Parts: sequence; structure tokens; C-alpha cells
Amino acid sequence: MSVDSPHAPLPAPVRPPVIAPGHSASTVTERISNIVFGRMPRWFWLAFGVAFMLVLGLLASIGKLLFVGIGVWGVTQPIGWGFDIINFVWWIGIGHAGTLISAILLLLRQEWRTSINRFAEAMTLFAVACAAMYPLLHTGRPWLAVYWLFPYPNSMNIWPNFRSPLIWDVFAVSTYATVSLLFWFVGLIPDLATMRDRARNRAQKLIYGVLSLGWRGSAIHWHNYESAYLLLAGLSTPLVLSVHTIVSFDFAVGQVPGWHATIFPPYFVAGAVFAGFAMVLTLAIPLRRLFHLEDFITMRHLQNMGKVTLVTGLIVFYGYLVEIFTAWYSGNLYEMFMMRNRVLGPYAWSWWLLILCNGLVPQLLWLRRVRSSELALWGIAMFVNVGMWLERFVIVVTSLHRDFLPASWGFYKPTVFDWATFVGTIGLFLALIFLFIRFLPMISIFEMRTLVPEAKIKESQG
Amino acid sequence: MSQLFDRSSNALARTTMALAVVLAAGGLGLVLSLGQTSWVTRQNLLIKQPIQFSHDHHVGQIGISCGYCHTAYERSSSAGIPPTATCMNCHSQIWAQAPILEPVRASFRSGQPLEWVRVHDLPEFVYFDHSIHVAKGVGCETCHGRIDEMAGVTQAAPLTMAWCLDCHRDPVRNLRPRSEVTTMGWKPPENLAELQQELAREYNVQSKMSCSTCHR
Repeated sequence: MSVDSPHAPLPAPVRPPVIAPGHSASTVTERISNIVFGRMPRWFWLAFGVAFMLVLGLLASIGKLLFVGIGVWGVTQPIGWGFDIINFVWWIGIGHAGTLISAILLLLRQEWRTSINRFAEAMTLFAVACAAMYPLLHTGRPWLAVYWLFPYPNSMNIWPNFRSPLIWDVFAVSTYATVSLLFWFVGLIPDLATMRDRARNRAQKLIYGVLSLGWRGSAIHWHNYESAYLLLAGLSTPLVLSVHTIVSFDFAVGQVPGWHATIFPPYFVAGAVFAGFAMVLTLAIPLRRLFHLEDFITMRHLQNMGKVTLVTGLIVFYGYLVEIFTAWYSGNLYEMFMMRNRVLGPYAWSWWLLILCNGLVPQLLWLRRVRSSELALWGIAMFVNVGMWLERFVIVVTSLHRDFLPASWGFYKPTVFDWATFVGTIGLFLALIFLFIRFLPMISIFEMRTLVPEAKIKESQG
Repeated sequence: MSQLFDRSSNALARTTMALAVVLAAGGLGLVLSLGQTSWVTRQNLLIKQPIQFSHDHHVGQIGISCGYCHTAYERSSSAGIPPTATCMNCHSQIWAQAPILEPVRASFRSGQPLEWVRVHDLPEFVYFDHSIHVAKGVGCETCHGRIDEMAGVTQAAPLTMAWCLDCHRDPVRNLRPRSEVTTMGWKPPENLAELQQELAREYNVQSKMSCSTCHR
């Protein structure tokens, strides 16, 4: 075939590299591990201190809740689900990006996942920890929740209601937490061995040594490791879809107008990925600057995450529009009233803000200029964080405050303890992220080493 | 670089993992089964009472009927604890000087009731009515055991919710004629199942499984 044939294949588009030029295996290792072994800058301890204060506030408000009861929160009839369930769904959603990045993007061989998967997975774990706290606290007596949540042969002959999505949720979330933890830890093992080998004193060597489970980097180790990692990725993949589907069942299986909709599972899953990527952007943009990791978390990463945010945002926006259509198409008095109340009722501000944050602002991501600006990306991510919280507020509060019985209509007023708990979990999340950055390599060292040019050359020659 | 871990580390790691599994499983099993033990249910525990009153002697040997002391057993939500005066009906005449009965006489003189310790103590959140169980033909010994053989009364049944529900789910197999309710060691007739079906119809016995039957 001649070179100028019209059927000649087009040259593959040149993509910007996922690691800045000039790096070798040793510079990658040094750059990432030195963050842990070096001294933390002053801002780090200040920020950690602030986060830790919020954690103390969280503990105080939990203490008040356990001593007094859930009356200290604003939940009451008709709005029996308030901040607790809003925040639960919000945090669970944020966790989803970690699983998507680590599992699905791994199976799809998207190598740009490499530099963000480690802390996205850590983010998943910490977000799930924050989320799991809410349903437990919502019971008011978490020590009794053992028999409310888990089926075991108890002396009361009582079993959870297996037809209730709330019990499915227990299994979905606990499976998710377990698999995510395993996935994260298994992915850490080779890096923990690197940390052990580079540790500067005996205590560090011992701690990283125990955690790395005797990793020596032999061919058999790598072989077993690769199989285990792929298996776990396969296990996690359905979880990306199942967890938020089941969370959406908490609402969709109920009969309240505004909850009882078949669109819920897909649009909740898209919303979760949307929220998760926004949170990864929220954390990645400042971190790469503050720790000078621009070589590893490149603009290409940020742009790709911007694209995922745009796509999932469009699905979510479609969900909002379909809800309006369904209400009209159903011809059902209550559905139509619910929608009118959402758009024009006393809580209309929350719906319009939601459309602004999740529907309109992310449309800016169509522009390459916006996707290439860290500041713009970070701003949009913050809009999405707020928007996804508002989405759950609209679903929970607006649907419940005017349901079938006008005699029981009411309003929801979060108390100071609602706010302290919410802000406290944000503090807990950040504090855990800070501890993670302090003690573990926040980017996967050994996977980054496979991206440097010298690794590629050996592959093609071998 | 010297070795970080010596040869024993592998064995130590394996032992730790095995122990962790055993401890987790054992701990879980312990916690889950603890609620069924008499340490929690207080089943068969002998409780110290102010007087060494023997049901074995009064019921089994002398043959006093339940209702002589527990007068409200078929009319009230509680079967009732007899007042000191009931004891004095007999003990002003027999064993009137016995030192062991001095607290009874003291109580009678001062009017201060004896403080018996409750053996069958249901939690406060359980609404329990003694009379309805008797009215539907559940015998004393069905729940309380062979009182006539107990020197000191112990709790014969575990009184767990599982135990309550076990009968509430299918009460018919625990029925007897009302006339036999207080009988200790009742000898059921040959056609027991048939009789119980008949009694269930006659007494209008229903399976009560709603939460609010007992938790109101």
C-alpha cells in the first residue's frame, strides 16, 4: 500500500503524556516517598489542627446525641429524615469515584488513573466511614443497632425485615467498605515495601515492614499480586453500580411522591460518580500545587476528570428533567403537586440552586479553556459538591414536607447539632486525608514507575 | 543492612493471623450467645429472699392452692404477693414462736410489709397481663414450672422474647381446661390434641403476634 493512498490509517492522535518528561524510576520513588519522610510544612499542621477541632466538635455533638436522644436533631414529623440521611447519601456518593477510578478504569486500561487512584481510594474509605456513621447515629441507640441491622439468631426471635431496602443497604455498604479497604491495602503492599526499604530509622522500618507483609518483589510475588489485584478490581466493578442503586432504593421503594421513581437507580449512580470526581478534583488541585506534584498529576489528569464530571453531570441533569416529565406524564395529582411544590413551593430556592450548581455551571466544562484552568475546575468542583448535597436535600426534605396529608405538612429546621455533626464529618474526612498524606505514599510509586520512559523502552525491546 | 525480622517472624505472623480469626469468631460467638445464658436471663438462679419460704413444703406437702396466697392470679395483671396477714392466718397458731418466722411477726406488728424479691421480673417495656393467660387456659406450671417441688422459687423459663413468641405463635399446644390451671403435674388425657383444639375454640384463643400486643 502506497503512503499516499486515501485509505492509509490516520496517525494516532498524540496525547499529552500522563507523567512529565525527564523522570526516571528513581526520581519518581524519591519525589513521592520524600513527602512522607520529609518534614511537613507549617500549613499542613495548621490545616490538620483545624480539621481536628472539627472532629472534636463532632465527638461533642455525638455525645450530646447519645445522652439526650435524636431529639437534639431537627428531624421530626413529617420530616423524619433530615441531615442524617442527606449527609449519608452525600458521603456515600463521594466515595464512588475511588472505586470507579481504581476498578473500572484499571480494567479499561486507562493509564491516567495511576497517579490519582491511591488517594481517590483513600478518599472512598474515609467517605464511607463518614457515611456509615449517619444511619447508626440516626437510630439514636447504636448499641442496639446490632440486632436492628444484622440478622443473627438472637434471644428475641427478631429478624430485620428482609423486604426493606434499609437492610439491603447494610449489606451493600458493608461489602463496599470491606472490598474498598482490601483493594486499597493490596495496592499499597509493594509501596509499603518501598517505604520499608527507604525508612530512616528502626521504628519506621518495623512498622512499614510489618504492613508490607514480607514483600520482597520476587517474580512470584508480582504474579500473585497482579492476580489478586485484578480479582479485586473485578469484585469492585459491580459495586460501583450496586451500592448507589441500593441507596436509591431507600427512596424509590417508598411511596412518597418524589421518591417513588424508576429513574432513581441510574441517576443516583451517575450522581455518585459526578460527586466523587468533583471531590477528587477538589482535593487533587490544591494537593498537586502544595506538594509540587504537577509532574505526576498533570493537566491531562485534571482535564480527563473534568470530562467525566461533564458527562455524569449531563446524566444527572437529564434525571432532573425526566422527573418533571414523569410527574406530568403520570397524570397523578400527587406527583404533579410534588413537582410544582419543588419548583415553586417554599423550598423552591433549593431546587433552583440545585439546577444552577449541577445543571448549568458544569456546562462550562464543554470549553477547553475552562478544562485547562485549575482555578475554574476547582470552582466548578465546589459548585458540584454543594449541588450534590442540595440534590439530596431536595429529595429528602421537599418530598416529605408536603406529602399526602395536608394536615401533617410542616417544615424542617436543622439544629446546631445537625450542623456540628455535618461539619464534624467534613473535619473527620479531612483529618483522615491529612493523616494518610503524612504516613502513606499518596501516589502509587510502583505504578508510576511503569509510566516513565525507561519502562516503555524495555517493554518494546523485550 | 542487617535483617529486619528474624526467622521466627513468619511463624509469628501466621500464628497472629490464625489467632485473630479464632478470637474474632469466638468473640462474636460469645457476644451473640451471651443473651441466651442464665447470666442474662437469670433462669434457674436461686434468689435470696427475706424469709426462707418453701413452696415445696406449703404447696407440695401441705397442699395449699396457689390462689390462697396469690389471690389475684385470675383477675389482675399481676398474680399478687400475699400480705403478711395471710401468713399470720396460720402462723399465729402454728410455729407461732419459731425464731425463723420473727421477721413475719415483726412485719405484722409494725405493719411494714415484707420485701420479697421478684423472681419473674419482666422488663418495664413489656405489657404483661397475668389474668388473660389464666383465662385462656394456660397452666401455672406451663410458665412457672413445678413450683410444688421448689424449696426456693427460681425462674423456670428463660423469659426471653423468643420464649414468649414461641407460645404466642402457636398457643394451642399449651392449653388445658381452666379447672386444671393450678394443678401441678397435670396428667393430660389421651386425646390431648383434640381437647386443646376444642378449648381453643371455647376460650377463643388467638395467636397474638403483633408488636403492640406486648409493647404498648
